[in-house]
Amino acid sequence: MRNKLIAIALILVVAVGVLGCQNNTKQSKEKEGLKIGLAVSTQNNPFFVDLKNGAEKKAKKLGIELLTVDAQDDAAKQQNSIEDLIMKEVDVLIINPVDGDAVVSAIESANEADIPVITVDRGANGGEVVSHIASDNVEGGKMAADFIAKKLNEKGKVVELEGIPGTSAARDRGKGFNKGIKEYGDIEVIANQPADFNRAKGMTVMENILQSESNIDAVFAHNDSMALGAIEAIKAADRSDEITVVGFDAIDDAVKSVKEGKLAATIAQKPGLMGEMAVETAKKVANDKKVKDYTPVPLKLITE
Amino acid sequence: MDLISRFKSGIGLIVLVIGLSFASDYFLTVHNLINVARQISINAILAFGMTFVILTSGIDLSVGSMLALSSIITASLLTGGYPIFIAILAGLLVGTLLGLANGLMVAKAKMPAFIVTLGMMAIARGLTLDYSNGRPISGFDEGFRIIGAGHIGFIPIPVIVMILILLICYIILKKTPFGRYIYAIGGNENAAKLSGINTDVVKTSAYVISGFLAGVSGVILAARLNSAQPTAGTGYELNAIAAVVLGGTSLAGGRGNIIGTIIGALIIGILHNGLNLLDVSSFYQSVAKGAVILVAVFLDRRSKRN
Repeated sequence: MRNKLIAIALILVVAVGVLGCQNNTKQSKEKEGLKIGLAVSTQNNPFFVDLKNGAEKKAKKLGIELLTVDAQDDAAKQQNSIEDLIMKEVDVLIINPVDGDAVVSAIESANEADIPVITVDRGANGGEVVSHIASDNVEGGKMAADFIAKKLNEKGKVVELEGIPGTSAARDRGKGFNKGIKEYGDIEVIANQPADFNRAKGMTVMENILQSESNIDAVFAHNDSMALGAIEAIKAADRSDEITVVGFDAIDDAVKSVKEGKLAATIAQKPGLMGEMAVETAKKVANDKKVKDYTPVPLKLITE
Repeated sequence: MDLISRFKSGIGLIVLVIGLSFASDYFLTVHNLINVARQISINAILAFGMTFVILTSGIDLSVGSMLALSSIITASLLTGGYPIFIAILAGLLVGTLLGLANGLMVAKAKMPAFIVTLGMMAIARGLTLDYSNGRPISGFDEGFRIIGAGHIGFIPIPVIVMILILLICYIILKKTPFGRYIYAIGGNENAAKLSGINTDVVKTSAYVISGFLAGVSGVILAARLNSAQPTAGTGYELNAIAAVVLGGTSLAGGRGNIIGTIIGALIIGILHNGLNLLDVSSFYQSVAKGAVILVAVFLDRRSKRN
């Protein structure tokens, strides 16, 4: 019996000791600098891995100690690990919420502890957040408009497939797109209908529009799923040659479709840049500099 | 034997606490220890129910999904304007009924517990997703949130609930005939039956307790997050089983106790908290948790063979 107790004790002491030593050296070396906590929603998705890597890269460059916790898509786990970061007295918290509502309690705990909170990619529906950093969907919509205008030599008829009405993505992408198109007097948006970000719906809505409009030069869909659905409808109507389709999000299928020449373009988010900008903003917050409550992150047009 | 195995996990816990106190300045503070207690409350309550089931040599893989369904049902009634009392009762009832279904299939229909609760795990998750359309339900009255976020003195309410349930489970297992029957069935079901114990009722009750406590956890989780998540509780059954096994309860049934389970839950919770404080990535946290479980079972096996 005694041997076993000693065995357990040894294993635990060694494990904790090894981890502890690593940490102690780190702590003493960087005690002077800033300590920022980053709570990511998951690391099982390349988007959020890029986000984390971007943040880590920037933190290293700025000499900031970045403590990262991963919620594995579990809102309860995220709350626990945010509380752990609060215990560690981080100077600023960067949170990429699993869920905008569930994260509010954790943000309120941070507020109570006087730790400023920044949200990334997904926002929070409560608590005090000093800055939100997310893709600039308005700018993305405008990029799509400019691309289509160039493709059509600034003259033609365009269809807009909208996302779920009322969602911020659909609103912002539509706003940017319509504002962009207005700058070209000879381009006209002849139809805009919601297809709810859904591939099947994108196809049926497009089928209907194809029936009623004999002259269409381009389609802008608020996301790739709808764009890919629309491409199917256009192909079935045998009008692929005359219609240029542009999507949004750069999902794998869409990027493949762009390579194959079926989809003209899609607009990609830059998660790595999002992470970098979050750390930069956190540094400003920690140094009591003013930051905007929303920092848009530029997007990238993918055409090949 | 009982005393020694309890002693063993207790020693592991103490060593862990001492090690972490040296490794991180933030660990051994009253604030952090209360933080840990609140963090483990959900897993501990699930693990208490799991202890009953495992003592009868069964297993309950459906606790995480039952938690999610209870939490979604309670949340939807709350946001639908029903009184808090009714909403909570409905959540608890859902867990209890699913537990009853598990128990009847295992005890009466003689189906293997592993398969029954695996099926229930899928059913409860499917119902949760269907009922919620896959969307979280959020925004409850302050009165309900207190259950998850409130304090009495400086002790969080989930911790108080956990301690109350611990005491009740301890008394049931140690001081009542029902508790003795649970051990007797896990030790030797035929012998228990021959000595006049209604084994079907006792076994079914173990699953009912597990389902009921999954309901309790679901209500607390919703209150703590101020949101019921359709994906909540995914993988929690394994954490609960891990806590029970770390606490020295034998998966073969008949041996173990509830004090071991709370110690097991503490070890897992402190491990997560400590590794977060030490800035260890969640991937390695998972490795560490797995390693500790394997070591514990290895030592348990060896001590049994001796």
